[in-house]
Amino acid sequence: MPVKITTSDPQFSDMLVNRYEGFLSESPNSEIEFDVDLVEGGFSDPDADVHVSQNRGQWSLECGDFCAEWSPASRRGWIRQSANPYSIDAVLRIVHTLVLARQGGFLLHSASAIRNGKAFLFAGVSGAGKTTISRLAPADATLLTDEISYVRKTANGYVGFGTPFTGELAKLGENVSAPIAALYLLAKGPENRIEPIPQGEAARALLANVLFFAEDQDLVQSTFHSAFEFVSRVPVSRLTFVPDNDVWELIG
Amino acid sequence: MSRLYVARNPKVAARSLDGEMMIMSGRDSTLFTLNRTATILWQAADGATPLNEIVEQRICPEFDVEPAVALQDAETLARDLASQDILQVSENPIPPKMSLAGEMR
Repeated sequence: MPVKITTSDPQFSDMLVNRYEGFLSESPNSEIEFDVDLVEGGFSDPDADVHVSQNRGQWSLECGDFCAEWSPASRRGWIRQSANPYSIDAVLRIVHTLVLARQGGFLLHSASAIRNGKAFLFAGVSGAGKTTISRLAPADATLLTDEISYVRKTANGYVGFGTPFTGELAKLGENVSAPIAALYLLAKGPENRIEPIPQGEAARALLANVLFFAEDQDLVQSTFHSAFEFVSRVPVSRLTFVPDNDVWELIG
Repeated sequence: MSRLYVARNPKVAARSLDGEMMIMSGRDSTLFTLNRTATILWQAADGATPLNEIVEQRICPEFDVEPAVALQDAETLARDLASQDILQVSENPIPPKMSLAGEMR
């Protein structure tokens, strides 16, 4: 989903170019546009939680270190923040959740990688092993992300895309995509094994890992039903693994 | 005890899967999984059928329980679900909402 960012600050622009290297394009088309207004401070509570709401078709995003607005109709918006990479990262994640929800997709707390032309997702809370499974990925696996997976629904099924949203590994995913073949719920244990789980449990686990920001009834409804649609079409299993390379023999 | 009527809150999303009813609050996206009794209550909560009839016709035949005890438990359960914004509880029939967003699938 092409995003266009406009800023009058060349240093900030350079920082974005470095941060999103591999995800840059010369394409004039964009589905999301933002003008970034850099300010020094001015936020009343730097530790305030994110708050996302919709009023008359306009999304309003507020957090301790930024505020932003975005219109789905015009696909344009603005961000007011200090010159740091984290605020714009947060805004882009949030807006992508809003756009994807309308299309049957979502962002998921999970690592993901492509192997043999198929994408595999590895979901889990912090400490479950997303970074570890990413670090153990063999050379023939292409890492899409070690932290937040990008899931789109297409006419042919679900597709996983690479993202520049990094976790502890601090390594950008590759800007590629593939059909999603499986979602694994990560658990660490004494041996490597894959166990199928019932769809109800799969749906609960999926919903627990989907990124939700908006306090919006319609969006909650659509994401809820998208999760059930996903588990009805994509196999979900529990992947228990010892932190060693052998676990990847079970994948792909 | 006065008659009570219960209705599903149309602002929640609900799905039944593998015999489990899962409900997500439209307010704060909290996910609930209902037990068997709560599922029966949820499915029968049309706003028009009194709670005592739901208990007599739907809950008592499922469980070996005294009707009076079952009604008391069902009222407690209904009020608990109402406090979570999952159900609406009223002493009068609750008209159907225009929105069908919470319709079961």
